[in-house]
Amino acid sequence: MSSPANKMPVALRFASTVFVIAWLLMAAFPFIWTFWGSFKVELDFFSISDWTNAITGERTKETHGSAFTGAGYHGAWVEEGFLRNVINTFIVCFFVVCTSLTFGTLGGYALSRSGFRYTFWLLIAALIFRAMPPITLVAGYMLPFFQWNLWGILPTTIIVLVAINQPFTLWMLHSFFQNIPKELDESAKVDGCTQFQAFRHVIIPVMWPGVITTGLFSFLLAYNDFAVTSMLLSEGNRTMVPQIAAFLGTTQTEGNIMFAVAAVVSATAPLFVLVMFFQRQIVSGLTAGAVKG
Amino acid sequence: MKHRTFFWFFLPTGLAMLLFIALPIVSVVTQSLFTPHEAVLVTVETCTPFKCTQETTIDQDATAAIREAEPLGRFVGLSIYFDRGHLAIAEVSEAWQTRASFGDFFNKLNNLPFYRAMGFTLAFTFIVTPLVILMGLVIALAVNTVHARLKGVVIFFSLLPFVITPLIGALVLFWMIDSRGILGTALQWMAGDPSLSLKASTGLMWISLMIYGVWHAAPFAFVIFYAGLQTLPMDQIEAAQIDGASRFQRLRYVIVPHLMPLVTFVALIQLMDNFRVFEPIVGFNASAHASSLSWAIFNDLGGETQQLSSAAATSVITIIGVAILLSPVLVRTWRDYKGKV
Amino acid sequence: MFLKKFAIAGAMTALMSTSALACEISARVSIVGNEFPAIQSVGAGAQACTGAEVATNLTADHQKINLPGMQGNPAEYTSAIVANSSIVALMNEDVIRPLDDLVAQHGQALKKNQLITIDGKVMAVAFMANAQHLVYRSDVLEKIGVEPPKTYEDMLAAAKMIRDQGIMENPVGGAYAAGWNLAQEFNNMFLGMGGTHFKPGTAEPNINNEAGVKTLEMMKALSEYMNPDFLTHDSNATNAEFRAGNVAIMNMWGSRAATLVSAEGVPQEVVDGFAIAGPMTVGGGNIPASTLWWDGWTVAKNISDAEAEATFIAMMNGIAPSMMADEEIRTQAVWLIDGYEPTEAAVGVFAAAGMDTIPYPMLPYMGLLHTALGNELADFMKGDESAEQALKDVEAAYMAAAKEKGFL
Repeated sequence: MSSPANKMPVALRFASTVFVIAWLLMAAFPFIWTFWGSFKVELDFFSISDWTNAITGERTKETHGSAFTGAGYHGAWVEEGFLRNVINTFIVCFFVVCTSLTFGTLGGYALSRSGFRYTFWLLIAALIFRAMPPITLVAGYMLPFFQWNLWGILPTTIIVLVAINQPFTLWMLHSFFQNIPKELDESAKVDGCTQFQAFRHVIIPVMWPGVITTGLFSFLLAYNDFAVTSMLLSEGNRTMVPQIAAFLGTTQTEGNIMFAVAAVVSATAPLFVLVMFFQRQIVSGLTAGAVKG
Repeated sequence: MKHRTFFWFFLPTGLAMLLFIALPIVSVVTQSLFTPHEAVLVTVETCTPFKCTQETTIDQDATAAIREAEPLGRFVGLSIYFDRGHLAIAEVSEAWQTRASFGDFFNKLNNLPFYRAMGFTLAFTFIVTPLVILMGLVIALAVNTVHARLKGVVIFFSLLPFVITPLIGALVLFWMIDSRGILGTALQWMAGDPSLSLKASTGLMWISLMIYGVWHAAPFAFVIFYAGLQTLPMDQIEAAQIDGASRFQRLRYVIVPHLMPLVTFVALIQLMDNFRVFEPIVGFNASAHASSLSWAIFNDLGGETQQLSSAAATSVITIIGVAILLSPVLVRTWRDYKGKV
Repeated sequence: MFLKKFAIAGAMTALMSTSALACEISARVSIVGNEFPAIQSVGAGAQACTGAEVATNLTADHQKINLPGMQGNPAEYTSAIVANSSIVALMNEDVIRPLDDLVAQHGQALKKNQLITIDGKVMAVAFMANAQHLVYRSDVLEKIGVEPPKTYEDMLAAAKMIRDQGIMENPVGGAYAAGWNLAQEFNNMFLGMGGTHFKPGTAEPNINNEAGVKTLEMMKALSEYMNPDFLTHDSNATNAEFRAGNVAIMNMWGSRAATLVSAEGVPQEVVDGFAIAGPMTVGGGNIPASTLWWDGWTVAKNISDAEAEATFIAMMNGIAPSMMADEEIRTQAVWLIDGYEPTEAAVGVFAAAGMDTIPYPMLPYMGLLHTALGNELADFMKGDESAEQALKDVEAAYMAAAKEKGFL
């Protein structure tokens, strides 16, 4: 929108700048605050006695001699071995993204190229599937998984997350493939390719923008999931989010909130990196038509 | 594409959804129609480290025989759907017959767990969804005018609330709005009321939850609309400008129609997600003030004695609710689809 | 949580020092249970056995997985560590086995009171006890010149004095978070008022009566002296208030007493003033307004006899009397194990047991009533409805659930 015809009046430009700044503050402040607080002791972080403690770190000074302490990080990473949870999370994410995209591109491509009526109903069914609260699905899995000895291990969780994620992936990729002209693969088929060869040689090379964007959404789902991972993984195989929930403690268990806060900051860092590297791809993938209603 | 080819392409995704979503849905529907058998109770002596007492327990031998005969449990039809924990037909009709006024009727309705949950769920869905769309649109328009050099940074920070794990995001905000937290203190100072607490009042808690909802989802709407803005038909905008259309008119008649399919998409996803609102209620410890259908399911499954049939019935009601909510969008998609074929 | 590693290390040293008691097993053992330090110690003790694999899955979500994990055949878990509230779900579904034979063979080290016996059959072996009792700030009570309260009425009077003298704004602490915690506080107070949850021998609720109303009135009166956010405060948040020096008197879990003031950054006056005493009575009754709890282990039904025997031996090793020599482990809980010398932090729980506190009811349908209480009482505590209406709602919610589960 850099054409001169679009030059904004000063007042509007000012209002828009103020709005952007206000929004950025809203979006970023909680993260900055948590990051700052993660170097304090619990009483300061919650500043239950006086809110300024969270900034000055009164109690932290008293305990550790300085207003900042890495005790939370030390506790989470060294004492509790948070690294194991991080590795589990990345294993889960990697396989969920790869499998989701493989299943999703094949299915989404088929849906976009088949003119039969059932494709519509399949898409609608996928939408209804997405409406199911994951927590109910998980409750249904428990008994068979225990019965077949599949409970608690990473592969089970991966395939469940893939399945839960399929409806969204299918919708995104279906509309993306619809924006790739049919003539491309039709002409390949005229040249004697099978449907799969056409897909393999003509579609795959041009599908990456949409696939990357969809992949990012799959990644976020797998990375952030709590309902499935907390119920289907045993203690030793936990990913980051259920582990953070475990740090918080329960009625009988003394939680260690500062471990949780440090772990929250640690768990958010990869997301920062991810968004930093891929924000351009997210936008361009979406622009290329991954979402067209 | 031939049926056969389609079948093979669709098989992996279809199988995954069939096994892990469709089958569980079938089992959930079945579960909601059956309940456990009547327990045969006996009173026996029970000794604990503290003392021996007469306590009631289940006579396992007697119960096992009944279970053996009908492993699915008792068939109860729709009675779980109609009991007090769900649609509460008897309680609602009684409240209607004995109503002093409409207000009294609604109060009584609000006292039933299902309607209380439904009330918050619907309020959350219909307040948060439009706000998310509006907020997303305004952010997208504003960010689009930012200097090209700064755009990357601005987009980066704007996306953060969306990428954060919902439970963690809710916790962080919950810690901040405590009456001794930074936001809570700021609000007390602004309101000039040192006893103000967002967590102690139902109304304020609802507002906090909704603000969280908008905060979390607005970046999703933003990034989609922002992508849409990149494909704006410049020739149309310029043509409109030459015709003397004001800035607002251009927005109203060119930009918004161009983004309309995206608005539908965002609305679709948001209606569905907001209708299943769950994490913020847990993260905010808000169950005293607000509950939702998903929270009710969680609560049924999380007690010391799990109520599987009750949870199943609520789940089925949730699916039906989403289907109703989405029906306008579905009808539109169907028309588009028929138009295309 | 950070005690976990110490706990394991402690258990290891304890076991190494008593390696004479070698533990040999010949079949798989798999344990599911909660994750607090005492249970971590038991798990570590069981894992010290050699000869076959001993797996543990100690997690706060144990209640959601122990039942499905024991319903299969063979069961995934050979042992579940439970409390008197959570053993019920396992007994209702008939997934744990009587232990009489195993106790006779391998249970010589057990004391009689460790055996949880139902209808003459040993169903679980208890290893620790717990109860809620008074925790207070002796310095604050001295300042206002009162003795530690023996009754909730005294507690209210003391709270009023502390507030009136401007020492603290909200001197009373309580885990009143809507849900499980709030219901538990109701149970305590209701039993203290002389109430019984059910009509004897039936699953009919019996709470909408005078005792119930008086219970709610007392809870409401106490909440006036609590932080206004009390409906979101679970026991963790309540402890945090105490640590910050905002609370002077509260009813708190005995298992939390040992670590209450050992957290980082607790102000010196709180550390010095911290004191505990037995549970309080209420309404002129002499039964304390509290409940007694035990934690213990069970053995699954759907496993081979060899696995059951291995499990029993391993779990016995997890609660071996030799563990009581370890200072670290000794302070983790109020152990029921032979050779346990009570620590300072155990005073409250022992007082509770000595005062004939009623154990938390081990009834098949108690969990349903507990859930109903947790959901329906918040309206009353917020001041949105009368005590009678709230209790009526609880009974109605419970009846619907109990009908579904086949108890009514």
